[in-house]
Amino acid sequence: MAKVIEINCETGETIERDQTAEEIAAQEQAAQEAADRKAAEDKAVADLVAKQEAIATKLGITLDELKVLLANN
Amino acid sequence: MANTYTLIGSPIVVGSGGASSLVFSSIPNTFTDILIKISARTSVSSNQDNLNITFNGSTSGYTEKTILGTGSAANSYGGSNPYIGWDYCAGANATANTFNNLELYIPNYAGSNYKSISMDSVEETNATAAYSNLTAGLWSNTAAITSVTFTPNSGANLVQYTTAYLYGISNS
Repeated sequence: MAKVIEINCETGETIERDQTAEEIAAQEQAAQEAADRKAAEDKAVADLVAKQEAIATKLGITLDELKVLLANN
Repeated sequence: MANTYTLIGSPIVVGSGGASSLVFSSIPNTFTDILIKISARTSVSSNQDNLNITFNGSTSGYTEKTILGTGSAANSYGGSNPYIGWDYCAGANATANTFNNLELYIPNYAGSNYKSISMDSVEETNATAAYSNLTAGLWSNTAAITSVTFTPNSGANLVQYTTAYLYGISNS
């Protein structure tokens, strides 16, 4: 694994060190939360498209035609 | 109005082995504001990576709002995460040898109020979609900021020639 590069601003010293357990845990937590958030966003988009398709079907028009109707609203 | 800029510590330049994180530590409290300029790219297999920015190692109290331009459209988003997020750091699939650039400004970083931040960034990639964004953020913590850490959200590494500079700004 690549090192953490740390600059001590008081001394100007450059330190290359391994990640601490806390840093690894925080990064894993952040990555998991990002993945969960992305999945939720993807699902929200898919759900919206499904609803739009259902409405378009009821109206007897295509999804593209529905998007034209919704444009600028 | 700031009238002095002082480079604090040393610039960070990532070497051939890459870096999992970059840290400015032991930041002195002798300035009014601080400014970080970073030019970064990670090894993630994507056009973009997110770079998590944390203060004093804390993973709580961050909120942000971003306005984003894609090159053909604009939108905004925001929320609360265990970090301030720079969402448009270059990834490995961005135009070869390009690095996205960020400025992070933190006024009154050593004060006892909550810490507001502002960020602006641009993507250097040569593509139809090229992102630029402005972010306003808040770290709801009264501690003086003594360290700032940048970590790719993906778990990938920051690649060689990624650079970061920390400036102290005094108002007198």
